[in-house]
Amino acid sequence: MSFPTQILPDHHRHCDDLFVAAEEAVQRGDWAAAAPAFERMRDQMQAHFAAEEDLLFPAFETATGNSSGPTRVMRLEHDQMRPLLAQLEAACAARDADAYSGAAETLLILMQQHNMKEENILYPMCDQALGAEAQRIGAQMSALLEKGHA
Amino acid sequence: MQPTLSFEQAPPISVPFRFFLTAPLFGAAAGLILAWLGPAALESRWAPGALAMTHLIVVDFMLQAMCGSLLQFVAVVAGANIWRPHLVATLVHPLITAGAVFLATAFLLEEQLLFLLAAGAFAAAMGLFLTVMALALLRTPARGMPIHVLRLALLGLLLTVVLGVTLAATLGMQESVQSVWSLLTLINVHVAWGLAGWALMLVIGVSYLVVPMFQLTPAYPPWLTRALPAGLLLVLCLWSLQLLPNLAGAQAWQSGVAVAGVLLAGLYALATLWLQARRRRRQADVTLVFWRGAMLSLLAFAVSWLAFDALPQFGNHARAPLWLGVLALPGVFLSVIIGMLYKIMPFLNWLHLQRQGGTAMPPPNMKQMIPEGAQRGQMRLHFAALALLLAAVLWPALALPAGLAFSASCLWLEWNLVGAARVYTRFRDRIRAAASQAADSARP
Repeated sequence: MSFPTQILPDHHRHCDDLFVAAEEAVQRGDWAAAAPAFERMRDQMQAHFAAEEDLLFPAFETATGNSSGPTRVMRLEHDQMRPLLAQLEAACAARDADAYSGAAETLLILMQQHNMKEENILYPMCDQALGAEAQRIGAQMSALLEKGHA
Repeated sequence: MQPTLSFEQAPPISVPFRFFLTAPLFGAAAGLILAWLGPAALESRWAPGALAMTHLIVVDFMLQAMCGSLLQFVAVVAGANIWRPHLVATLVHPLITAGAVFLATAFLLEEQLLFLLAAGAFAAAMGLFLTVMALALLRTPARGMPIHVLRLALLGLLLTVVLGVTLAATLGMQESVQSVWSLLTLINVHVAWGLAGWALMLVIGVSYLVVPMFQLTPAYPPWLTRALPAGLLLVLCLWSLQLLPNLAGAQAWQSGVAVAGVLLAGLYALATLWLQARRRRRQADVTLVFWRGAMLSLLAFAVSWLAFDALPQFGNHARAPLWLGVLALPGVFLSVIIGMLYKIMPFLNWLHLQRQGGTAMPPPNMKQMIPEGAQRGQMRLHFAALALLLAAVLWPALALPAGLAFSASCLWLEWNLVGAARVYTRFRDRIRAAASQAADSARP
């Protein structure tokens, strides 16, 4: 089964794990491990944004005829996270642990409250609004996302 | 038909900040009252100084901080529209502040008119606040246990306020009305709903969201997320039966009901500590340590309660309730609130500045809003003050240093929070200056 409510929350947890792995490498001062760990997290977050913005949100907007509501705010929040990912990348390149940890803290809270809104409100609305379409879109999204989560 | 949802009702930053920036000042005032009155304030829970300090902490510190956070939080977790948040804050904030000052002064001076003024101010402030919150939380399409627990907490607040206003009005009209209930019964029920039905219920509902969120712990087990609020609600309803007339001889099972409530609180504390020990994000930041201190205080509260129940020679001591009060108020609730403020204010700063500055002027990150060293120093002073307050319950001669330490800790907190607000205004002004410069240079 691949409803959005099943795939996307799991992938949120997976991104959390990747976030922790990168942050811990930075805290250990292990920059050789931090750079690839960060890149993996960034790539998965970007894949997640793309799955939602290119597949799920347009389908929801078509089904409900509403493109100015929750999906617009979710896109705005993705846009707030992107510059933080860029800051983390710069901090990784400069091997600046303080800059990394400040941007990481900010990204974590932003990401968690965003996930909460999606998981509690938006995804259930999507499952409901998309009907039979939900599984097809779920499967397409699933193909885009890494499944590291047990 | 989908319910309309906009998610974008995050209120202006001045709405929560006004509550956050006044709250610690009244904690500082409570500490000064203790230092000023000395051991007399610790004679028993009925000492005028003890009553004044308690209400400065629960209303002016805790209720302020909780109202400010809820105006913000409900918009996020429930995606719910708060009706005119700016207007609500402009009315509610001064009314709560005035109400608590009236109440504290009324206890200290035993002045009837001040009790009546306090009752009026609280009835107005909380009537408005609760109506607005209820509208938002009853209409939200959001699902999940935290929303239910928030609704229960607001019910707890409603009952606390109704009982509190009744008590204040009764004290204010001593000679002219004859209440059907003894003052002590009303107080017992008022305190239970205030501490367990409102404050603890709110902390529980919020923790379901923020404990996993900040430290990436596993979620609370679903059975526990249901059992805790349901159990607490049942305990509170049974406890409130003492309001029924002719329930004489209820003493024995009432104390059993209280023990059940205390065991639930202890279970919650253990579960939270257990989850935090299993967190995926290993670093122990200030907020996590505050939460742990709060949960250890809650465990200490539960153990002390059971010990007082088993050993009446200690439990019947006039200062036993003060020991429990110190563990509950500065120990549990202020620790959670301060830990949360250190996350909420920097995050709101960042969020609002990011919206104004966009990518052209990225705001300072969260760790640049309140220096971590200042947070940690204030936290150490807070827990040292807690230890001194507990010591002062045992040896009231320590009232002066305990009061001063608590006051200093609240003032340091205020300083840290004002610092965060100043970072906000400084950066906002830079964004505005850059914008007006850009507008000037665009002009031919």
